[in-house]
Amino acid sequence: MAEEEVKKAKKEAIPRQKMPEQAPEVRRRNFKEVPTGYTPETAMLEAQRCLQCKKPGCVDGCPVQVDIPGFINHIKEGNFTEAARLLWQKNSLPAVCGRVCPQEVQCEGVCIVGKKGQPVAIGNLERFAADYERINGKGELPPKAPPTGKKIAVVGSGPSGLTVAGDLIAKGHEVTVLEAFHKPGGVLVYGIPEFRLPKEIVFSEVAFMERQGVKLECNSVVGRTVTLDELFAQGYDAVYVGVGAGLPTFMNIPGENLIGVLSANEYLTRANLMKAYLFPEYDTPIVKGKNVVVLGAGNVAMDSARTAMRLGADNVKIVYRRSRQEMPARAAEIHHAEEEGIEFFLLTAPTRFLGNEKGRITGMECLKMELGEPDQSGRRRPIPVKGSEFKMDCDLVIVAVGAGANPLLTQSTPELSLNKRGYIIADPETGKTTKKGVWAGGDIVTGSATVILAMGAGRKAADSIHNYLKWGW
Amino acid sequence: MFKIVKREEMAGGTVILNEIEAPLIAQKAKPGQFVILKANETGERIPLTMADTDPQKGTITVIYMIVGKSTALFKTLKVGEGYKDVIGPLGKPTHVEKVGTVVCVGGGTGVAVLHPIARALKEAGNHVIAVIGARNKGLLILEEQMKAASNELHVCTDDGSYGHHGFVTEVLKKMLETKDVKLVVGIGPVPMMKFVSKMTKEFNVKTLVSLNPIMIDGTGMCGGCRVSIGGETKFACVDGPEFDGHLVDYDGLMQRLQAYCDEEKECYGTFCKLNP
Repeated sequence: MAEEEVKKAKKEAIPRQKMPEQAPEVRRRNFKEVPTGYTPETAMLEAQRCLQCKKPGCVDGCPVQVDIPGFINHIKEGNFTEAARLLWQKNSLPAVCGRVCPQEVQCEGVCIVGKKGQPVAIGNLERFAADYERINGKGELPPKAPPTGKKIAVVGSGPSGLTVAGDLIAKGHEVTVLEAFHKPGGVLVYGIPEFRLPKEIVFSEVAFMERQGVKLECNSVVGRTVTLDELFAQGYDAVYVGVGAGLPTFMNIPGENLIGVLSANEYLTRANLMKAYLFPEYDTPIVKGKNVVVLGAGNVAMDSARTAMRLGADNVKIVYRRSRQEMPARAAEIHHAEEEGIEFFLLTAPTRFLGNEKGRITGMECLKMELGEPDQSGRRRPIPVKGSEFKMDCDLVIVAVGAGANPLLTQSTPELSLNKRGYIIADPETGKTTKKGVWAGGDIVTGSATVILAMGAGRKAADSIHNYLKWGW
Repeated sequence: MFKIVKREEMAGGTVILNEIEAPLIAQKAKPGQFVILKANETGERIPLTMADTDPQKGTITVIYMIVGKSTALFKTLKVGEGYKDVIGPLGKPTHVEKVGTVVCVGGGTGVAVLHPIARALKEAGNHVIAVIGARNKGLLILEEQMKAASNELHVCTDDGSYGHHGFVTEVLKKMLETKDVKLVVGIGPVPMMKFVSKMTKEFNVKTLVSLNPIMIDGTGMCGGCRVSIGGETKFACVDGPEFDGHLVDYDGLMQRLQAYCDEEKECYGTFCKLNP
């Protein structure tokens, strides 16, 4: 056997290290993070499984091209700070991405080790390195280019905005991030629950950027408090728009305005941003349903269902009009939800919400569905089954069937061309919009997608903005 | 922090006026728009339509009634202290144009919201008749300011302790019967707006009302503030807060305002015990 193959065989003998997590029956009633993280020993063991490929597929599988074999090698050697620094070169939010990226379809999906067995746990290792450095590191700042005197405004402090801010501050520009909410982080803070992404981590990543010189202005609603043209008049040389999707989709069926029918945006914002799960310690209340229905089967639906369970529901049902195969949520999220006792009512669609004399929801009328031919999305179209009407009792319905484009900013900026669904048209390679000096990326361009894709768009836009500031439009 | 530079107690301490430093908002705000205020780290986001702005001084004024924990908490803020967060201006401004005779009807703290709108309508050359009301004389607010913002002022009290004895709708009816009223603006408690709209509908006079449903972000993101307008769902935060009074589903709005009434009672009760 050649030496190379011996090495490979040895590595394959180490099984993928399991991520320790809270037991389902415990965690379903608390808001603490579900996975508890690798120890240094487990991380170093897991790192040994990486083959250090010469042409690593994982790096191409990563929307921001993190040097994956590189940082894993540092972990293997026990140089955790070095691992974190290498991550930061390409990714401003590694502690976040290690937790919420869909690694199974990106880096881990193309990992050679995964061809025969389980891929290297790249996400878990990324999380480990970032957490280790945050908790134990000296907080040394990354190198920064000399000042260019150029000013950039970043609208929105979600994943794409923070990526742009992190990249451009390192290139020597002045960066101000404008956030409409009273706290930074965008969807990382209002959308993703504490048990999946502790808010302390997001705030710490933002604080790290502020230490690098990024200015943060919360309570700044661009489109209302200030317009894009006013930002240019104030002396900004370029603007990046990463405001997210930010418009809830409802079902448009009767009874939708009953009390107890909430958009996932509202439900999660109450729970996460406003910390309603700590009511009355925090002042914002939330509907605490006993029989909860969540409409939709994406990651936001799983987050909503698991939040409802933690708020004391007796039962939580995911109601989805297609079958298990078409569910858009990550397999890991569905698995976690099932473990926590969330039930799945597939091939089911509501037709009407029912309420009592106080205008509160008491149930919904549903129809069973069957799958027909594939539709435009490539997924098989659900078709109602005749005579299959039935009633489902519930006292809280969370509508998580997707989001649309919030028009607040775009309406106040007529030069920005939009597509027919109201999303900003931007060059996929550069993020350039139809308005000079304005870039856009993330969900306001693509529609609802993932944190890492928004960050990938931010990375491309940051490069393009940097070139513009040097060479022109 | 957004500092409070002036604080007044009105209506026997049940209503508070805060003038707050918020230069960016003060420069931008137009009559009819609102802000969201959050007192501290653990506080709720509370939407309030602005009662006044001073772009030179860089201040905005809000006037609110103490109805629960959050407004009771606001009441504890002194001059020199302030709100942790103020966000705005939000919502669409009032469409102000010269139409002729306009009746501005205000009830309770709705008068505070009505005030800048009446003033703008008067400045635009309209003949503004203001009709303001309260349960009794002690609860009436902004009488002097409304006198200045209108061409004629009528005051009503439910108990007859001051002005016309009865509801604002009675005076409104007289105006509709005797004058060529082109527009009515009605701002106050939901039942008042409902009855104002019902009456103006009979006379077929265009009516604007300003709605204040439960809201979180104020930017169209959560949909919590949805109201049914002519059978169509609208978001008060971005499509409003002003709507055609003849199209609003007031009963639905009143129900939705009760969504968290048990939680509010619990929260307020605890607060009152701790802050007697």
